[in-house]
Amino acid sequence: MQTIFSIAVDALAYGMVLFVISIGLSVTLGLMRVVNLAHGAFAMIGGYIASYAARDLGVGYGLAVLIAVFGTIVIAIPIERLLYRRIYGRPELTQVLMTIGITFCIIGIANYVFGPTLKTIPLPPSLQGSADLGFRSIAVHRIFAIVCGLCVAAALWYAIERTAFGVRLRAAVDDAAMAAALGVRTEVIYAVSFAVAVGLAAFGGVVGAELLPVEPYYALRYMVTFLVVVSVGGAGSIPGALAACLLLGGIDTTGRYLMPEFGEFFFYLAVIAIVCVFPRGLAGRMK
Amino acid sequence: MTTATTNQAEAPLLSGRHGLGRDLAALAVILVLAVIGYLLFPNNLALLTRIMAIALLVLSLDLVTGYCGVATLGHAALFGSGAYAAGIAAVHFGITDPLLMVAAGIIGGALAGLVCGVVILRAHGLPQLVLSIALIHLFHEFANKASSWTGGSDGLAGIAPDPLFGIFAYDLWGRTAYVFAVVLLAIVFMFLRLVVRSPFGMLCRGIKEDPIRIQAMGGSPTIALLKMYVISGAVAGVGGALNAVSTQVVGLDSLSFTLSAESLVMLVLGGTGSLFGAVTGTIVFMLFEDLVSAANPFHWLTMVGALLIAVVLFAPKGLYGTVAEVLARRRGAGR
Repeated sequence: MQTIFSIAVDALAYGMVLFVISIGLSVTLGLMRVVNLAHGAFAMIGGYIASYAARDLGVGYGLAVLIAVFGTIVIAIPIERLLYRRIYGRPELTQVLMTIGITFCIIGIANYVFGPTLKTIPLPPSLQGSADLGFRSIAVHRIFAIVCGLCVAAALWYAIERTAFGVRLRAAVDDAAMAAALGVRTEVIYAVSFAVAVGLAAFGGVVGAELLPVEPYYALRYMVTFLVVVSVGGAGSIPGALAACLLLGGIDTTGRYLMPEFGEFFFYLAVIAIVCVFPRGLAGRMK
Repeated sequence: MTTATTNQAEAPLLSGRHGLGRDLAALAVILVLAVIGYLLFPNNLALLTRIMAIALLVLSLDLVTGYCGVATLGHAALFGSGAYAAGIAAVHFGITDPLLMVAAGIIGGALAGLVCGVVILRAHGLPQLVLSIALIHLFHEFANKASSWTGGSDGLAGIAPDPLFGIFAYDLWGRTAYVFAVVLLAIVFMFLRLVVRSPFGMLCRGIKEDPIRIQAMGGSPTIALLKMYVISGAVAGVGGALNAVSTQVVGLDSLSFTLSAESLVMLVLGGTGSLFGAVTGTIVFMLFEDLVSAANPFHWLTMVGALLIAVVLFAPKGLYGTVAEVLARRRGAGR
């Protein structure tokens, strides 16, 4: 019973962190049709900036998160202008190569600037320790990660389903040319969504730093995980991504707890099974 | 659109008429390069042998990516399976004849190709890419777990190949391994030129251009691609076995995602859809890697990244494709 409970909490927290990071990838993939393997690299940049701000500049956790999110967006904008613009609408192989190239560059530069060691982001006292639920106690940080995930999901759902921006976004996802003809400024939508996606990646990178430690090979190590989650969920679908994150987070965490010697064997087996059964993702809206 | 397709389809047919001459020229180029390599780097034959093993992997990737249009980031699974098949045959079954080890590699690679083909060809686009990534990780974890057979993360050591034909022993300088590698590469290259030009190779190119049309004409895209995957697996298996014979050890890195991604980079650097492009890309990439990573391994990653971005932006046809295009244009202007 104890084990089941702790597996459930860890799986939930892990799934939520995965969700926060990869929902941005899901939106850009569904909207711009860009297979962005460099998404994990932006999460890593966020983690590095937060670590630098909190440890070396000594600012508070909340401010460090803000600095990380906006700093990452500022770094990402020129990359989008100079590089991503050129691969919109190109074949997948081209996009994969370009974004792998960007990832390699970011890893190399991060390694050069920050060194190969693991970076921690000091937590404020209120997030340390554990909370007592009466019958069981769980780490406050896990609860914080879960709450963050739920807030992001709710905010995104509201923004996409209930606001005027969301209407234009959905129109652009369904048919960009038609939306543009009807007066939607698709390039603005693209720019805003890219910025939001990168900001969310950075946010997830900071909040999830306890579960996915920040180090130079972060971008490469979790790149595959994020891509897999989005592909399983179905590009551009929030409920699909949420379901995929919880499912895959659950499988991965359970596998690690019960059969640690098998590593990620079951995770990838599950991925193959799901992709074979649902080739367009759990909530496939792609095309 | 239509004219472009006909032009592309005609080009190989025209070159097919002079195919034999170009085959011999290709053979001559490979042998001359091999001799130059031997003379330039007499103390570094191990690197040259490894380049040739990887060239076989990149050629096999070219078969499925360049000629069939299947995007995969998990092709090292076939290479590693061939390497482990040859290694396990030598260590656990006492088959230490190099040629039999290569045969074991071919069988192992082809079987892995069959498995990967069946799974990967179920999907298209992004899911296909994800399936290939999941497969290479699955192979990697499996090899790591089956450590009584594969040696796990320590690698499979203790491979001691017999002298080739019972005469040429594998020496410290790697001369025998080098000549063995050159001969294998030349044979496989010639074989692939035949495969690519055959009606079957044409069918695969047609499937890359327009699978629905091929289906309407009575062809079966999935069966043809699966066949190509098995051939590709056999070629990658030769490369894996060659690596096992020449280094006498098989490590988990031969089944890694990194090797898969790097082989794709080499292929794109040289140019997809051309056997010469695959070999060119491998040679340039590996020599470059040897030079830069000796200086600083972390700058190496940045350099590869920058190189990739540059190739995608400025030479989307790869080094060989771009040079060939420029030469063809110049020849056309000269007439």
